[in-house]
Amino acid sequence: MEVPILKQGDYLIATIQAALTDADLLKLHYALVEKVGKQRSKGVIIDVTALDVLDSFATRTLRSLAHMVRLRGATTVICGIQPEVAFTMVQLGLTLEGISTALDLEEGLALLMLSKRREV
Amino acid sequence: MPTKKDALQFEGKTNVDTSDESRSELLRQLVAHLRENRTQLRQEWARRITEAKLLTAMSQDEIFAEATTIYDNYVDALQSGTFEALQTYARDLSERIIPRGVETHEVIGIVLLLRDVLARSLFAKYQHDFALLNRILDAYEPAANRIANTVAVSFVQERERTIRQQQEAIRELSTPVLQVRDRLLILPIIGVIDPQRARQLTEQLLRGIRTNRAKLVVIDITGVAAMDSNVANNLVQTVEASRLLGASVIVTGLSPEIAQTLVTIGVDLSKMNTVGDLQGGIEEAERFLGYKVVPVGEAAIEDQRR
Amino acid sequence: MANETFVTIASVSDIITAREHGRNIGKALGFSSTDLTIIATIISEVARNILLYAKTGEMILGPTKNGTREGIIIIAKDKGPGIPDITLAMHDGYSTGKGLGLGLPGVRRLTDEFEIISEVGKGTTVTVRKWVMQNE
Repeated sequence: MEVPILKQGDYLIATIQAALTDADLLKLHYALVEKVGKQRSKGVIIDVTALDVLDSFATRTLRSLAHMVRLRGATTVICGIQPEVAFTMVQLGLTLEGISTALDLEEGLALLMLSKRREV
Repeated sequence: MPTKKDALQFEGKTNVDTSDESRSELLRQLVAHLRENRTQLRQEWARRITEAKLLTAMSQDEIFAEATTIYDNYVDALQSGTFEALQTYARDLSERIIPRGVETHEVIGIVLLLRDVLARSLFAKYQHDFALLNRILDAYEPAANRIANTVAVSFVQERERTIRQQQEAIRELSTPVLQVRDRLLILPIIGVIDPQRARQLTEQLLRGIRTNRAKLVVIDITGVAAMDSNVANNLVQTVEASRLLGASVIVTGLSPEIAQTLVTIGVDLSKMNTVGDLQGGIEEAERFLGYKVVPVGEAAIEDQRR
Repeated sequence: MANETFVTIASVSDIITAREHGRNIGKALGFSSTDLTIIATIISEVARNILLYAKTGEMILGPTKNGTREGIIIIAKDKGPGIPDITLAMHDGYSTGKGLGLGLPGVRRLTDEFEIISEVGKGTTVTVRKWVMQNE
């Protein structure tokens, strides 16, 4: 299942709807990195509320995605990580160091706007 | 008192006295005896319980009432050779008396007393015929042992269950997640942290962050008794998990000794935002969230200036 | 072991199938929601190891018992190249070749019982057990 990418002002929002296969996740990765360049976006929000598992592969993909997005001049916010998922991730030793996180989409947007205001 | 008929009946079977048939016949005999002398034996038992200062938490009437039911269940179990009903009763009984502070040794004590009272009555009844007495006791002992065992085990299991429940309740109580301001939570940790508690604490905090939409958490560890690398790693994990939900964590109350220990065992605290004490932590958190706390007088002056 | 479920692992979508089975078995056993997430994550990790190193393999999932304790057993089997040095593979931070995942040490931390048998050239079997927390 492909993940739709919405454009809202300077930001791109990708809401993951269901359990993703690795291929879908990689597709999202490439699509987002490409769109950030094309749309000259300032920020990317990836909403993972619907994900019941964030394993090492998914975490790595998200990390590398955030890294590439940063190289293209934008910020990434991961939002909606479930409490159970967060608990499991740290037990596994997985972190999202250097990537902003937010409780939900609303918080994610607020965070991006705040960092934009600070830059100006 | 034994009748001649009793004795005769058993004499005829001496050569097969270890067979199941004779054993069940003996059991039937002794159950009949115990039923006939129910009132007297029950009283004797209750008297012995009081004399031995067992079940001191219960009144005489209560002891007698329970003694009656235990007695009947005991005899029923002897008769039927099945222990389910007794087990259920023992569990019920335990549930009732554990909250009143009845101890394991008391329960075992009263069952052993009953065993003794009944055995003595059998001695008295069959003392004229030593061989018969032996066979009666052979039939009685294993069943009585199983009964004592069943009651004791039921009690201990029930007690363990109660203790587990209480531990769970204490754990819940000892990890309160408190909201002090909008979007600001405080988690004071007191006592010893084992892996199970660390897990529960983290889960509770993560749920708290979600329901209160917290952006900041102050974890105060002033009351943490001891810190080793496991506890420290759990703390680091709690901080990291909170961050994954979008909340920042400030750790307060890290004593110099604990800080020293952590450095010595090589725990990386660089990722943790630490502030000396709880008050400082809350002030820092308020600043971060954009709160400004001023005394009422000064606030009024400021308002006037505007 | 009754009621076991077999899942062939040959493509990435099989990982999701296996995860779903694991969740359902775990739910029936009364695992907490955190534990269900942990179970799904364990399955994800070991299934991915099969795909990465052996291309294909099989997973067996089912309920298990030890005395009064109930739990789930997860077995991941492949006929892949095997692991030459298991001690090294169980060291945190170790990962061969493709550098994906923290791999087995992380999985072991999530489980109650962890066993790995591997023979170079013959394959690898990982067996994992997780017990339902009592007094919950």
